[in-house]
Amino acid sequence: MRSLAELEQLKRHAQKELGVRGIGGYCRATFIVHMGTDGIAAGAREVLLAILDELKRLGIHDCRVTQTDVTGFGMKPPVVDVVTPGHRVETYTGVSPEGVRKIVAESLVESRVAAV
Amino acid sequence: MAKVKLTIDGREIEAEQGSTVLEAARQAGIDIPTLCYHPAVGPSGACRVCVVEVERAKTLVASCVYPVAEGLVVKTNSARVRNARKTVVELLISTHPQDCLCCDRNGRCELQALANRLGIRTERFRAQKPQREPDASSVSIYRDQNKCVLCGRCVTMCRDIQGVGAISFAYRGQRTLISPSFEHGVGEVECVNCGQCTKVCPVGAIVEKDETGAVWDALDNPGLTVVVQVAPAVRAALGEEFGMAPGTSVTGKLVRALHMLGFDAVFDTQFSADLTIMEEGHEFLSRLKSGGKLPLLTSCSPGWIKYCETFHPEFLDNISTCKSPQQMMGAVIKSYYAKAKGLKPENIFSVSVMPCTAKKYEARRPEMRASGVQDVDAVLTTRELAKMIRMAGIDFANLEDDDFDSPLGESSGAGTIFGVTGGVMEAALRSVYEIVTKKPLADLEFTQVRGFEGVREAEIAMGSTRVKVAIVHGLGNAGRFLAGLRPGDSPYHFVEVMACPGGCIMGGGQPLSLEQDVAEKRASVLYQEDRNKAVRKSHENIAVRRLYDEFLGKPGSELAHKLLHTTYGERARARVEEARRQAVIGAAGA
Amino acid sequence: MGVLYRAHVLVCGGAGCVSSGCRAVQEALKSELAKQGLDKEIKVVETGCMGSCDLGPVMVVYPEGVFYRKVRPEDARDIVQEHLLKGRPVERLLYHTSQREIIQQMEDIDFFAKQRKVVLRNCGIIDPEDITEYIARDGYEALARVLTEMTPEEVIDVVKKSGLRGRGGAGFPTGLKWEFCAKATGRPKYVVCNADEGDPGAFMDRSVLEGDPHSVIEAMAIAGRAIGSNQGFVYVRAEYPLAIQRLKHAIAQAYDYGLLGKDIFGTGFDFDLEIRVGAGAFVCGEETALLASIEGKRGMPRPRPPFPANEGLWGKPTLINNVETYANIPPIILNGWEWFAGIGTEKSKGTKVFALAGKIANTGLVEVPMGTTLREIVYDIGGGILGGKKFKAAQTGGPSGGCIPAEHLDTPMEYDTLVKLGAMMGSGGLIVMDEGTCMVDIAKFFLQFTQDESCGKCIPCREGTRAMLDILTRITEGRGREGDIELLEHLGTTIKDTALCGLGQTAPNPVLSTIRYFRHEYEAHIREKRCPAGVCAALVHYEILQDKCKRCGLCRRSCPVDAIEETTEAELVAAGVGAAGADMQAAGASQGAISQPASSPKRKPLFINQERCIKCGVCMRECRFQAINRC
Ligand SMILES: Cc1cc2nc3c(=O)[nH]c(=O)nc-3n(C[C@H](O)[C@H](O)[C@H](O)COP(=O)(O)O)c2cc1C
Ligand code: SF4
Ligand code: SF4
Ligand code: SF4
Ligand code: FES
Repeated sequence: MRSLAELEQLKRHAQKELGVRGIGGYCRATFIVHMGTDGIAAGAREVLLAILDELKRLGIHDCRVTQTDVTGFGMKPPVVDVVTPGHRVETYTGVSPEGVRKIVAESLVESRVAAV
Repeated sequence: MAKVKLTIDGREIEAEQGSTVLEAARQAGIDIPTLCYHPAVGPSGACRVCVVEVERAKTLVASCVYPVAEGLVVKTNSARVRNARKTVVELLISTHPQDCLCCDRNGRCELQALANRLGIRTERFRAQKPQREPDASSVSIYRDQNKCVLCGRCVTMCRDIQGVGAISFAYRGQRTLISPSFEHGVGEVECVNCGQCTKVCPVGAIVEKDETGAVWDALDNPGLTVVVQVAPAVRAALGEEFGMAPGTSVTGKLVRALHMLGFDAVFDTQFSADLTIMEEGHEFLSRLKSGGKLPLLTSCSPGWIKYCETFHPEFLDNISTCKSPQQMMGAVIKSYYAKAKGLKPENIFSVSVMPCTAKKYEARRPEMRASGVQDVDAVLTTRELAKMIRMAGIDFANLEDDDFDSPLGESSGAGTIFGVTGGVMEAALRSVYEIVTKKPLADLEFTQVRGFEGVREAEIAMGSTRVKVAIVHGLGNAGRFLAGLRPGDSPYHFVEVMACPGGCIMGGGQPLSLEQDVAEKRASVLYQEDRNKAVRKSHENIAVRRLYDEFLGKPGSELAHKLLHTTYGERARARVEEARRQAVIGAAGA
Repeated sequence: MGVLYRAHVLVCGGAGCVSSGCRAVQEALKSELAKQGLDKEIKVVETGCMGSCDLGPVMVVYPEGVFYRKVRPEDARDIVQEHLLKGRPVERLLYHTSQREIIQQMEDIDFFAKQRKVVLRNCGIIDPEDITEYIARDGYEALARVLTEMTPEEVIDVVKKSGLRGRGGAGFPTGLKWEFCAKATGRPKYVVCNADEGDPGAFMDRSVLEGDPHSVIEAMAIAGRAIGSNQGFVYVRAEYPLAIQRLKHAIAQAYDYGLLGKDIFGTGFDFDLEIRVGAGAFVCGEETALLASIEGKRGMPRPRPPFPANEGLWGKPTLINNVETYANIPPIILNGWEWFAGIGTEKSKGTKVFALAGKIANTGLVEVPMGTTLREIVYDIGGGILGGKKFKAAQTGGPSGGCIPAEHLDTPMEYDTLVKLGAMMGSGGLIVMDEGTCMVDIAKFFLQFTQDESCGKCIPCREGTRAMLDILTRITEGRGREGDIELLEHLGTTIKDTALCGLGQTAPNPVLSTIRYFRHEYEAHIREKRCPAGVCAALVHYEILQDKCKRCGLCRRSCPVDAIEETTEAELVAAGVGAAGADMQAAGASQGAISQPASSPKRKPLFINQERCIKCGVCMRECRFQAINRC
């Protein structure tokens, strides 16, 4: 270790990893995929993987992806809730893996707006 | 040294910076009781008998380790202090065996004195401790752990001053004890039998192995001729056992007492000391001439020999092959003397009185049977002889003088000073000088080699040769000295080593005193006797010359070699051995 | 890197959980994840102790922060399939409060919620074997600042002003100690970490080493810079293999990252760190004994002065601090002394970790601000006394400490207050006792420990603790004498006043403090030969309640020593076994006709021959009518 700057860099890098544990503070958005039985039947798992892929493709680490088993009545599965700072919740229904890219993009723009 | 002012018991006292409260108090005439502290081994703060009250300290402090400081206010005799000391000693004696009447140290025990001084008259805490078998494994020392007060003096002596470390603390709590590694007997480990531990033990937990019984038996046996030899250091200290002041010479009384005890002949180990110089001087000169191993290391101290065999076997070839004076005398008695008297060696019981416990062990080395039987049958320490004299009801202090018997009772002043550190070297130099230079010495007293410095060195011009010598005493010093020496390559020609700090006068079998001024007084006895002698050089001892003429031939002759020289061998170190064994067992188990 | 795990499962890998089987759980979890194809999205991390050891094995699933307790390998399937796949937390593994309320989030559980983590800030949150996780949590930033922006004097000044005091027991001001070492003239100097932790029941130091070893490494390097030392030693007891392994690993990593070794942060500062493993004797935690032990000698204390700060390891100036003390250092440097001094009380700053044990609902490690009351710890965090019993006392400071009775429940836990009460902070052991505890017995228990662990060097400790133990033993065995309490007090104060080291100087505390608060219990043992808590076997009696006894004879058949005998009522009265017994029997005799069970009119009453009875209690367990009483 040669300098404080080097340590800082290492730290930032490491913190991305630990974002999941709420370490390193800031979380841009949380994607909650509804994984009830009907959700899974409708392809929720593929949607979840697609979100992960998309985040990875964009190199974004300060987002969380979690799952829940409740699906609101009358909503068309798969359902994804996106929670952004300020506890704004956006709910997407009938999501397909292909639609994920748009949701991610929107949410991150949203969150940026919200964060300001 | 800077001075500080402190107040002890209301008196303002000046003491040297760096000294302890105990020292300061004693200097001021206030005697604080101690137990674990002994001037020869230094303080350890273990027993807490010496506690005093120091203003602003949270608890009482041990005065033997507490440094003086400017403005310190000390109370040595408050109720709090008296109560604490008394309770501590009461606790100590609560598990102590109650067989004082049968103890070797009865009447001279520091614990008895302490209990008495602190006014202990009841036992509030008596408890039974599991008793342990005494350790009788050594031929020199006898340990009764039940009496041990765990003051640690012996451990410090053995480890720090003698550099041996044969005994140490083991276990914890109530099970704490002093023991050689793995609870071996002290005779089974690297103990070198020096007996210094017996001199610091405040109680009867480490004492010399008693041989008075065997000697009484021999004296009572009409079929045996019982002869005795006495080492030089004995006469310089025996008087102390009978209340005489340190520094009193008791040579004549000693001989008289031995005659009274019934010994058939009383010989002087100083005779064989002269003989040793003849042989060792011869050996030194031939090594010097023929380019033999140098430096030559002296061999009169059996504790040192065992130490070297155990810890520094790389120097064994440097040690003189000469036996010690005790063993030379033993061999001569059972050969030359036996022949002269028409006695069979096995009908002679040969006793020696020594300042030394290691001699007990030396006498039993398998090499020491030149006459075909054990050359020296029993070895008494100065302390044991005193016991016999007391037992026989002899009023020692008022005895008339008597003379040693011939032919082995004659000695030179050189033989006399063997008993003090530097003495062997001085004796050797007196003879070697004259033999090398073929000129008489102008001044016999080599004061450069005298004194009590742990390691001393001197350079003596002998004609064209300059002989570089060193004198070392105390095995800790010896160890450090050897560590700085390489066997083949050293500036020294001749080195005297004595196991006991101070030499034989302070040997492990001497009356219990390790104070420096006592050492000096005992030394002065020997130097005075030397000065009083008509003959002061070993090679001028007529009786020794006669021994060569009539019997041995020349120094270094074949017969001399057979009777007066010996061999050494490397000794395993118990701890190392045991550790290895344990490792093997461990590995096998895993 | 580069893989984003959507979830982290943190499995507690503290020694407590390891012994309750967390390794098997971890394995099961990993194989189940692999089976479900989730191993690329979900990461399993072994952390240090999370503190709630009685609930172990425990785990937390992030990002939700769901806390599972008492997880068995069989549960792995449900956790993966239900929770990690479908987002349904496995309810049966969640924490239940005593009111049967289910709590999902770790931070909502009282045990965790009421704590304030400074020392344990990373324990249970990061992977102790991954230095980058420590770095992510600001690790080594304090060291970087110390080396690049601060002078040694400034560092010492910050530590001094923070008010931090040694957590190893005595509470000596840490900054002052650092200053002494910095001013000492000998060279080289050494930095030592005391991780001997011999106090039975304490395990905060172990948890820090297991869960956050880098915090200690970083702090020791900071200390090295502050006092001018380039060599450190961590002295860990051999009984802590996991701590040793994690620490070893962490030291190696720190060397790899250039955070130990030569020229740290390019500042020219070198610091080397070695582990020394101790044989695990309690006394080796005493600083001078510890130093002797590092030097390869027998671990025996020596008198001070000279203090280690001036003459320590190999006679050189040596700084010795406790693990927990060190763990406080990096946050103090990073957050400033004002921050630290803002926590706690006037004379005791910061937090303290306690090891809660005994008759309390939640046991484990808790970290609270200094000055938190005993009541808050016992009731709010500890969940109160087990089985709804009454609190009797708490022992703080382990075998060196003392007890705090119920009337002092509102005592703030801080150094000086505890000492005033005859207890002490010690290393932070906190044993809670309920009404069923005999205080004489407890005192005896602790004294037995110290007398076994006495190094044997000094007389007051070696012989004095034994003498006290002898007296306590006879009291608990019904052979106590008038004057024994006073003798104990006399011995106790003398030992405290004369012993060489802290072990002996504190050994009488448990006895003196129980005498102080529960003298009547001692008196009951001595005068009435009665153990009020019914613990001391020799003082316990079993007796048959004649009015409840059906004379079925079951007890009589089960007694291993035939101590239960038949007798006539007249004989029974004549025998008069104890006042209580006689009363009972008298009552039984007068109402004999009424209480005589119809089924066995001819059977004679039974009674227990007290001389024969060995107090095994079998009769009481066998009796189906609760007719046997223990008192
Ligand atoms: C018998 C005894 C046992 C001790 N055990 C420990 C221990 O296990 N850990 C510890 O840190 N300090 C222990 N100490 C205290 C140390 O001697 C020393 O005061 C401490 O390590 C200093 O560190 P601190 O100032 O950070 O507390 C013990 C003291 C005594 C008398
Ligand atoms: S006789 Fe000498 S070597 Fe042997 S134990 Fe005693 S002091 Fe040590
Ligand atoms: S044997 Fe003697 S000197 Fe050695 S510790 Fe015991 S009492 Fe002290
Ligand atoms: S107080 Fe106990 S542990 Fe400490 S030195 Fe004395 S005997 Fe040893
Ligand atoms: S003489 Fe001072 S402690 Fe023993």
